[in-house]
Amino acid sequence: MIAPMDSVILIALLLMMLVTVALIIRGRNLFGLVVLGGVYSFLMATVLYVLDAVDVAMTEAAVGAGISTVLLLGALYLCGSESSKPMHRPWGALLLSVALAGMLVAGLAGLPEFSDPAAAIHHHVVSRYLEDSVTEIDVPNVVTAVLASYRGYDTLGETTVVFTAGAGVIALLRRRRRTERDTTPRGGNDAR
Amino acid sequence: MRDDLLLRAVARLLIPFILLFALYVQFHGDFGPGGGFQAGVIFAAGIIFYALIFGLEATRTILPERWVESLMAIGVLVYAGIGFAGIALGGNFLDYRVLDHDAVHGQHRGIFWVEVGVALTVCGVMLKIFYLFAGRGSVDTDDEDNA
Repeated sequence: MIAPMDSVILIALLLMMLVTVALIIRGRNLFGLVVLGGVYSFLMATVLYVLDAVDVAMTEAAVGAGISTVLLLGALYLCGSESSKPMHRPWGALLLSVALAGMLVAGLAGLPEFSDPAAAIHHHVVSRYLEDSVTEIDVPNVVTAVLASYRGYDTLGETTVVFTAGAGVIALLRRRRRTERDTTPRGGNDAR
Repeated sequence: MRDDLLLRAVARLLIPFILLFALYVQFHGDFGPGGGFQAGVIFAAGIIFYALIFGLEATRTILPERWVESLMAIGVLVYAGIGFAGIALGGNFLDYRVLDHDAVHGQHRGIFWVEVGVALTVCGVMLKIFYLFAGRGSVDTDDEDNA
């Protein structure tokens, strides 16, 4: 269960996230929106930290708040636009969002209580991992034992997916070196 | 941002610790939270921080793009190589127990190299994407004005 102090912190963080979302909805300055997106990610990372998911928090802070903010700012610079046009009548989108949110909230009612040890997800294979990983693998961090050893195939697949994503980005964005050099008179500055 | 003394000083102070923290997350992943993915991302973030402050050119000389591209592939190859090493030593694919005379030590060895593979690939991909984005237009135009 969540300790009372933790739930106070959580509620404060979630309120701040709500405010950030409201600012993002109202904002039209794209630079500000990217920065607010970073703020949202940092708040999310803190929430994950409070929920004891420190490794997910690290990933969220580094990827969500750090690298994606930098990439989005880079994209903004490349596009050269500073503000988006106000939307005209976003009623259809609003209706869709509200309907989706309603379905998600309705689905929440079917979930087990947070950190309920009797929940189905904590049984199937998890009890075996928790009991046997000490003798079989002897790694104190069970998450590492599961990811790298018990689920080694999945992690190999994930690593391949990351590699493939990188290869795809290279294929899409790489410039042809020769033409670049021929058309750029600036010599060493052609990388800018 | 090259001429901003404050940014440069703060970056000089912080970047070694960011990189060190990435290595800590990598090699302490068996005991505390963390592992290859987090370590690779944090390492890449540290390098990207360096690139934002000191410029893409300086970063390219430290970490050439050819290396970054190789890292992407080497990581997957290290991971899959551990899998094939298991076959070669008489086990199944990705069976770490045969990697050492003792099954538990074999697990430790397998997990170590698998995490190294994940970190190399993730770090390489993140950096390569950043290099491609930053190299296209110019994220660091400021040096052009101040150079």
